[in-house]
Amino acid sequence: MVESAEESKRDRILHVLNRLGFGPRPGDFERVSAMGPERYVQEQLHPESIAIPGDLTERVNQYRTIHMSPIALFVEYQRPIMEARRDARAESGGDKVAIKDATKDLRIQQRIVMREAVEARMMRAIEGPRQLQEVMTAFWFNHFNIFAGKGLDNIWTGVFEETAIRPHTMGKFRTLLGAIAHHPAMLFYLDNWQNTAPGSAGSKGKFEGINENYARELMELHTLGVNGGYSQADVIALAHILTGSGLPRGGGGGGGGHRRPGAAGMQGAGMAGFFPFMRRRQNFRRPGAAPVDPSGFNFDAQRHDFSSKNFLGHEIEGGGIAEGEHALDILATSAATAKHLSFKLAQYFVADDPPKALVSRIADRYLATDGEIRAVLETMLTSAEFRDPRYYGAKFKTPYEYVVSCVRATGVPIRNYRPLYGTMQILGMPLYGCQTPNGYANTQDAWLNPGAMMTRLSFATALGSGNLPLENPPFEEDAGGGAMRREPAAVPRNGGGKVNIKFDTGPHGPKMTPPDPAQLAATLGDYFSPSTASAVEASPTQLRAPLILGSPEFMKR
Amino acid sequence: MGGAVDGLNVVVPHGEPAYYDARPTIAIGRMGADGGLIDLDGHFGLHPALAPLESQWRDGTLAFVHACGSPDPTRSHFDAQDFMESGTPGIKSTQDGWLNRALAAIPGTHGPTEALSLGPTLPRILSGKAPVANIALGRAAERPMPMDRPVIEAAFDRLYAGNDSISRAYRDGREARMRLMSELTQDMAQANGGAPSPQGFSDDTDRLARLIGRDPTIRVAFMALGGWDTHVSEGAANGQLAGHLKPLGEGLASLAKQLGPSYQDTVILVISDFGRTMHENGNGGTDHGHGNVMWVMGGPVKGGKVYGKWPGLSPGSLYQERDLAITTDFREPIAAVLRSHMQFSDAQIDRVFPGRPRSTGNVDGLIKV
Repeated sequence: MVESAEESKRDRILHVLNRLGFGPRPGDFERVSAMGPERYVQEQLHPESIAIPGDLTERVNQYRTIHMSPIALFVEYQRPIMEARRDARAESGGDKVAIKDATKDLRIQQRIVMREAVEARMMRAIEGPRQLQEVMTAFWFNHFNIFAGKGLDNIWTGVFEETAIRPHTMGKFRTLLGAIAHHPAMLFYLDNWQNTAPGSAGSKGKFEGINENYARELMELHTLGVNGGYSQADVIALAHILTGSGLPRGGGGGGGGHRRPGAAGMQGAGMAGFFPFMRRRQNFRRPGAAPVDPSGFNFDAQRHDFSSKNFLGHEIEGGGIAEGEHALDILATSAATAKHLSFKLAQYFVADDPPKALVSRIADRYLATDGEIRAVLETMLTSAEFRDPRYYGAKFKTPYEYVVSCVRATGVPIRNYRPLYGTMQILGMPLYGCQTPNGYANTQDAWLNPGAMMTRLSFATALGSGNLPLENPPFEEDAGGGAMRREPAAVPRNGGGKVNIKFDTGPHGPKMTPPDPAQLAATLGDYFSPSTASAVEASPTQLRAPLILGSPEFMKR
Repeated sequence: MGGAVDGLNVVVPHGEPAYYDARPTIAIGRMGADGGLIDLDGHFGLHPALAPLESQWRDGTLAFVHACGSPDPTRSHFDAQDFMESGTPGIKSTQDGWLNRALAAIPGTHGPTEALSLGPTLPRILSGKAPVANIALGRAAERPMPMDRPVIEAAFDRLYAGNDSISRAYRDGREARMRLMSELTQDMAQANGGAPSPQGFSDDTDRLARLIGRDPTIRVAFMALGGWDTHVSEGAANGQLAGHLKPLGEGLASLAKQLGPSYQDTVILVISDFGRTMHENGNGGTDHGHGNVMWVMGGPVKGGKVYGKWPGLSPGSLYQERDLAITTDFREPIAAVLRSHMQFSDAQIDRVFPGRPRSTGNVDGLIKV
């Protein structure tokens, strides 16, 4: 079928809105149509040039915890739990139920940290005008995935994204890689905070030897890729290079008194001895010890292996923290890294099986610009492949993209994000809830399955018919009578199971304004196939918006 | 079991002093000790958190295959798990999973609920030509959805009438949901008053047992359990690994019980991507290793025995001087299940595992003929 020039322009506009962002909001189609898709691409590549509405900035700033330092978060949200636990343990003689009860309220208070992280991410993805920046934030978070359900990452995931990822999404990859390597959230997640040179002065108790976890994933996932030409010997060499990179702990290198192996799980309970202020409640640090860096990063020279290493064919002289920087330089400038990152970017932006010539072209651009992400993106987003109509609508949306794009298309105001992240959780993609360091896939085989279609269409029906409690106040009061509701966890520690999302109207009356189907269709540029269009027309009015959101066209981007 | 479970702490070679030497803080104590292991055969012992499965071992329906795994040398979880699920170690281009190929190898037409996956996404092992149904984990599996209402369903039917992959997924989902929901709701009414078990995994295995009991067309079911990547603070009798093993053992024991008579005709395999280092690391954990133990359970199993050829733990017998070696390819016990339990011919098995290695005889007799 031959498309008219108008249809082909429409499709091109939708393509950039769907790929550089999370699909159109009301008014976007007209705006991009007026400025032209090429200018839109250039504008999105320079997010600093796009003004953010004042009230959005204000609402994001109200999320206090994503702007706190890791140490401040620890002091406010984790330390009280540990103290209450310790006191309850002493008072009850170790009774587990008593200990649990004593910390319950504090643990519920702590949940605000994850909720703010989730809401700050979703608010900007849904309403933010710097859409490519939002896409790249999600992309790099997923590339450097951490699991918020693991111990201290429950309080550090939001700030990890805010400070280690968000400012660096389009800069030099090396800068991003360095910010990640110095963030306590990653060093905790991949266990490097315990990685210690055997026999070093600081080697004791739980800090007694090499831990390969971060070193391996740093090469396999973050940089070179699994076939990137490294060996097990390189994994071990890198682990030695990274010894001592971790979290602040008591001065003197000996750590604290909590060293019974196996006594503390991975839930952060064993941290008391490693933060100096945990052992001396009156002072934040030991007399004479260096002040605690609020970033939460610490290099412990006493646990570092200062010998020379052979890493990927390079001789790295023993030099402490500089060795890690040298290793990151080697990794960031490797051709294998360029190829690995280029493949992932092209797979996200172009097709599940991206054109090889494009991957190789943008990898060249990476190497020629010393790893400048913006340049790589520009080459890709202005390429013939990206503009090729055969790739329009070729990507099946992930649950995150589906949920965010649905809400954007309807333009409904959100006060309560829980139905949105609950739906992502039912669909197998809880935000910040991927346990493994490889992050979530973005391909159709990963997300298209029979059960998922039932859940997506149920969500589309609930949203399209105005049956989600999106405008209810979230947790402070119940919509019915003002009774207090306890805040549920935004990210479950065990990665799923207890989701409580109802897609049907509850007893508390209207919760959102149902979207108008004609306006919804216009927002989406009326891009439906004849069969979808006729199915929508043949349906009762209240089912039209659900059918549009649940249409095969809208499952894809 | 995604993340590589530490098989040496699941089925413990307590007869090997080298085991205790290598694991000063995380070794499982000898039997009789506080938190000690459950002896299996004088050489191997079971992690005490798996006590709920002791009766299956004693009644001869639980077996293990030790020093078992994938011959591919990768220590990447993602590659190793991919190979376990594709059934073609070392070959990345395989599109489908071995369990789906096994289904497809059964002649005749395939109904929508012949394969059931518990969880929101389809695992690699079940991807392929044969249709697969999936249901949510936890209570969400039984909650009504707008899609259950006929008027809504009818409207979406018109949108997804085509033959593209999304339409097919839609129709499979609709048919499977109708069928499974009617089984589950019927059962709920007459069973336990609808009180779900407090344990997440037991809750899911109980639901699975009910479905298998009521719907005889279900042939295979799959569920993934994560959280085994114990690089730090693995623990011994208690701790992280124990905390994960306990609900697994309880869930499997409960599954065996709830299956009732169907247990006599069910084989349950518990598989992990690879094993972990023999030596504990500096942080009370273990790093990525090689050989592991496979669990085989069910009525057709000739259990009460640890199968496989034990390579030993002396430095010379370890794989790359650090990990338990592999003496039985993971495809061999699975092939035994296909042959003796599912009555597959050698030619059918070859379609499931193309290029599989020749049998070592290590698991002869594992499945009753």
